[in-house]
Amino acid sequence: METGSGQDTEVTGGEPVWIGLPPGLLRMRRMLLVVWLGLLAVGLGLLLGLLCGPFWAAFALLPLALAGWGWVVLGRNWRSWRYAERANDLLISRGVLWREETVVPYGRMQLVEVTSGPVERHFGLASVQLHTAAAATDATIPGLDPAEAERLRDRLTELGEARSAGL
Amino acid sequence: MTTPGVDDAVAEKPEKEPVSERRLHPITPLRRAWAPVAVVIGWAVHDPDQAQRQLTRLTTTTLLIALAVVVPAAALYGFLTWWFTHFAVTDTELRIRTGLLFRRTAHIRLERIQAIDVTQPLLARVAGVAKLRLDVVGTDKKDELAFLGEDEARALRAELLARAAGFAPETAHEVGEAPARELLRTPPRDLALSLVLTGATWGALVAALVVPPLLWWATHSLWTVLATAVPLLGAAGASSVGRFVSEYDWTVGESPDGLRIDHGLLDRTHETVPPGRVQTVRIVEPLLWRRRGWVRVELDVAGSSNSVLVPVAPREAAEAVVARVLPGVTVPPLSALARPPRRARRCVPLWWRGHGLAVTDAVFASRQGLLRRSLALVPHAKVQSVRVTQGPWERLWRVADVHVDTGANKTVTARLRDAQEAAELLGAQAERSRTGRKGARPDRWMV
Repeated sequence: METGSGQDTEVTGGEPVWIGLPPGLLRMRRMLLVVWLGLLAVGLGLLLGLLCGPFWAAFALLPLALAGWGWVVLGRNWRSWRYAERANDLLISRGVLWREETVVPYGRMQLVEVTSGPVERHFGLASVQLHTAAAATDATIPGLDPAEAERLRDRLTELGEARSAGL
Repeated sequence: MTTPGVDDAVAEKPEKEPVSERRLHPITPLRRAWAPVAVVIGWAVHDPDQAQRQLTRLTTTTLLIALAVVVPAAALYGFLTWWFTHFAVTDTELRIRTGLLFRRTAHIRLERIQAIDVTQPLLARVAGVAKLRLDVVGTDKKDELAFLGEDEARALRAELLARAAGFAPETAHEVGEAPARELLRTPPRDLALSLVLTGATWGALVAALVVPPLLWWATHSLWTVLATAVPLLGAAGASSVGRFVSEYDWTVGESPDGLRIDHGLLDRTHETVPPGRVQTVRIVEPLLWRRRGWVRVELDVAGSSNSVLVPVAPREAAEAVVARVLPGVTVPPLSALARPPRRARRCVPLWWRGHGLAVTDAVFASRQGLLRRSLALVPHAKVQSVRVTQGPWERLWRVADVHVDTGANKTVTARLRDAQEAAELLGAQAERSRTGRKGARPDRWMV
């Protein structure tokens, strides 16, 4: 899978050139999953082991099983996210079971936002969010490399200005 | 404390801006005069026992003292809010300054105005004043000028529309009210009959008549019964008599300023939607209206609260109005709408037949509903984004949903399309959305 270096994307009207998300997002999500569920498993194990006996402490394996399942699900979800910059619009495709594909013409973009929370910043990630006049337009690309996020923002703004159209 | 503020405002103006600021009609302070009374009544209703006890303790002297405090205070508050509210029309914007302690200035860009309403509640009609309300995209709080003199409101609306249309500022005053041509008028008989044939009216009425006796039988508590009966009766009244009164004499007109919608028996509303502001039009056909061939037409304008274009009309007349509202659009006939593939019945049994889709050069038309049919039309130029969604069960049967988002925060969905067709539609619709804009009229429609 191609990561977000992005500079070599050809902007053509034909077949879209899909770009996947960088692996940093997957790393961050998996780490958060393991940390939180690990803490839960330890807490639950200690509590049950001390109060009810060692047999009940086996229930602490449940969060661990959940973590294993989440590990796989997160991987699949991360692989499903991809976006493509075409000549006149941006394509975002995502979802494993519930798939969603969004097209936003550049001319309809009202605002492009780059956000980065404390955890995301620690992992060197940033999200790009597009707003159109319709609130239902949910066009967010999470977990991009900050340089790529800024390149995308500048490019979208530039294209949006060139093709601007109101409501 | 009033004089210095005003002096400042007057003194500042000549140097900074040669715009004349105006005040609202002097009757305005009275509009909130009933507020203290309403508070007292609300408290009495909320806690009747306590109110009774307080009433017995009340002597004439205390009453007089209370009146002597409350009435001047309310009057002063009303007067001050009126005194500190100014508005001015400049070349590009309408400016409204309000606030006594917290100053607020609203700058409303004229070419961004989505609709202008002149409304006259019953008492305002008696007093000969009117309220002017502006619909602008992205504001939660509606900016309104209440109250203006009746003629002043009309003149101001004409001036705002003329400036928004792009007339030169010097001539905007003289352009005056654009002539309107009547497109459709709803006869009161049809309106009454259409309400009788609406399921919701009967539902509310039946609920209001059945629920309170049942509650009385179950609880024998007067307060519980009253607490449910009053809102239920209110809802029943609002959905029958209330709708009749507000939709009485519904007139749709057309003028160079845009679409004119006038309605109301007691409260008159005059709405103006400038050209090119309509985002979506829906033609709704309830089950009981079908025999008469009647439809209701709803419309979405970004930032506007009103959503009815025609409360009831024969289908041909309604389609003629739609053709005027969305220029160059013909409503696709039922036969032109493509149904979902047969296998879609596995996803939505029976009701899959109600869905349909037609894409013409000008609109994206999606139908849904089996008993209460509704056909939504979105001009391609108004599409903000296109989405295709597909759940696991839908994927098994190779169908997908196509969503089209518009600027009025409404989404029109064509459900259960063939997956291949949906994917093609996604690309084609985005392309049409882009090219559809080229033929659209500019924001300043007279330029």
